[in-house]
Amino acid sequence: MNEGGNPIWTLAWTFGLMSLFAVGGANAAIPEVHRVAVEVHHWLTDKQFADVYAISQLSPGPNVLIVTLIGYSVAGVAGGLVATLAMCVPTAVLAYYVSRLLARSSQSRWPAILQAALVPLSIGLMTASGLVVALAADRTWVAALVTVAAAGLAFATRVNPLWLLLAGGVLGFAGVIG
Amino acid sequence: MPPDSPPAAVAAPHPPISPPPSLIALFAAFATMSLAGFGGVLAFARRGIVEKYKWMTAEEFNETYALCHFLPGPNIVNLSMVFGSRFRGIPGGIAAFAGLLGPPVAVVTILGALYAHFGEIEALRRILAGVSSAAVGLLIATAFRMMMPLVKRRDLVGLVLLAAVFVAIGLFRLPLQIVLLVAIPISIAISFALRRKPAA
Repeated sequence: MNEGGNPIWTLAWTFGLMSLFAVGGANAAIPEVHRVAVEVHHWLTDKQFADVYAISQLSPGPNVLIVTLIGYSVAGVAGGLVATLAMCVPTAVLAYYVSRLLARSSQSRWPAILQAALVPLSIGLMTASGLVVALAADRTWVAALVTVAAAGLAFATRVNPLWLLLAGGVLGFAGVIG
Repeated sequence: MPPDSPPAAVAAPHPPISPPPSLIALFAAFATMSLAGFGGVLAFARRGIVEKYKWMTAEEFNETYALCHFLPGPNIVNLSMVFGSRFRGIPGGIAAFAGLLGPPVAVVTILGALYAHFGEIEALRRILAGVSSAAVGLLIATAFRMMMPLVKRRDLVGLVLLAAVFVAIGLFRLPLQIVLLVAIPISIAISFALRRKPAA
């Protein structure tokens, strides 16, 4: 099992490469995570992907934890650790070096230009994330309605997001969503 | 790596508001902020670093976050590395990084194990289905909130780029690398061109 077929190695390589393209953070990378985990490698079904996304949102900590859960479902605890580190270490190292570089030449206007260039792209990725997870999670009209209601409440009010997640869970438990 | 503290102590425009944290304090602070952070850690990190521990002013925090936001990867993870290393070099960065990720990874792994064993139970399936429908709503709301500044200043170019990425990734399901390798140079070229004529 030391060849290219080793799932741990596949996890490390896949998420390590993905992290360097994860413009806009973990939530913006969701469509790529879904594409790789569900469509390319068949590690999870669509339903499992939606479940894993829900669990990662119910857990405290950074949004990147969905990658931990995918790694875990592929190769247990070691898989979870490797996937998480692969997704986090390369960009953390990059951030360290870039921050030192910028500390020396703070007059450059490249950071402002880069930021202006990347913001629309990362919001486009986030919007695509919403669509991809919605297609995986919402199998019924009622489920889609719950999504729309949660989106509206979260957009228009300052209600703690955790309450909306719990409300969704209660509706699901009551069998409303089907 | 040379430590950054001596020049910073001379050149700092603000007086140091708190003594720099130790490695253990960095680990503990990021672990606490991370475990409090349901639905994202950023708000808790800002409150902790700026208001509770007073390790940075609000402006310094915003600058550090802006840097981590335009770099790829999980923003808050980048922030932990940059923040920790600013005070205690590479070991400080690793301490903050480990504090941010270690405890939540343990929690989520336990939840993942429970899901692997009990995920087929009907009641749990229904609950998770409800939670995931609501969670997508939150994600969509976040995307729309981030979109509002572009809409308000009628940034047509930005909105077209945004829509193009949405179509390529969300509808056509193209690989991220390919889309970004095309979109980033175009977007940078446009931003650069717009910056050169400030009147535009």
